[in-house]
Amino acid sequence: MKRIITLSLLLLVCITIIFNACQSQAELDYARYYVNGKGLYEAHCQNCHGEDGKGLGQLYPPLTDSLFLKRNRTKLGCIIKNGLSGKIEINGQEFDGQMPAETQMTNMEIAQLVTYITNSFGNKNGLYDVNAAAADIKNCDK
Amino acid sequence: MKRISYFLLLTGLLSSCAQKEQKLPILGSREPVEKTVDGKTVVDTVYQTIPSFKFINQDSVTVTEKDFDNVVYVADFFFTSCTSICPVMHRNMLKVYHAYKNNPGVKILSHSIDSKYDTPSVMKKYAKKLGVTGNQWQFVNGPHDEIYNIAAKNYLVSVEEDGNDPQNYIHQGWFVLIDKQKRLRGAYDGTNPQQVNQLIKDIQVLLNEYKH
Repeated sequence: MKRIITLSLLLLVCITIIFNACQSQAELDYARYYVNGKGLYEAHCQNCHGEDGKGLGQLYPPLTDSLFLKRNRTKLGCIIKNGLSGKIEINGQEFDGQMPAETQMTNMEIAQLVTYITNSFGNKNGLYDVNAAAADIKNCDK
Repeated sequence: MKRISYFLLLTGLLSSCAQKEQKLPILGSREPVEKTVDGKTVVDTVYQTIPSFKFINQDSVTVTEKDFDNVVYVADFFFTSCTSICPVMHRNMLKVYHAYKNNPGVKILSHSIDSKYDTPSVMKKYAKKLGVTGNQWQFVNGPHDEIYNIAAKNYLVSVEEDGNDPQNYIHQGWFVLIDKQKRLRGAYDGTNPQQVNQLIKDIQVLLNEYKH
């Protein structure tokens, strides 16, 4: 009886391992972008926008306005790369500060960062890959 | 019945032991001074204290050390356009502010190290956006050398201008706790939430010293 239990447990572990190994390429890409994006967020964004993306008072806007992030997803790369100034409305509150530019960021870094931000803090918009970032960055001035 | 009363007596004794008074250390340099009391020579210790100062706050009002007489206060150094450690520090300082809001015995004094850009109106806007009203939390600005001197010599916080840094300033994020005698009683890393929670507790410990 004991042996049967042990064997079936072993089988279960094997099946789990096999299933995990079969994670699709898309899922792997997403996970890779997300993890790298988290590191970039901590280094470049977290001081102002906060660990939980809640911003700080009326000084720095939160990143929890899912509607804003969804609607402006194609513009996020340009905002990160070129900075932002002027009035914006987030979660129904007005912000009028200045966000510094991160001109040195590559398209890949921007893609990773946007993937992280738009899939954290209550957002769920899936992978934003390097091709999407390259296309959007090209259109920054337009 | 007798047993219960013994038990109560024991708990009473134990809890009175546990309430042994906690005291914060006195930081900074100190020197022994000989004094003559009743004809006898005794040695007294003189501790480092914050000297007199004169700065301008977010309401364009002059602020001096007298505004901090008879209160305990927390001092730090920042600038409003800083995107490195300052937002983290003031996110944490807000917790201190809210913990002692409306307590007239506790104040906060944030010194700007960017005397050119941080005019009173810029600091006022900053305070408002941070959600700070009234004068419990003062944001002050003053002549460059005076701010840098008081930081390094008196609050023991290192600040310097550095052209190689993208933001031009390098400074430490210490929150320094000052008592009613203007002595240094604690220094906490303002970017570390655990240390800031300790500061919130220590302010109460310090306030308790003055209750007797």
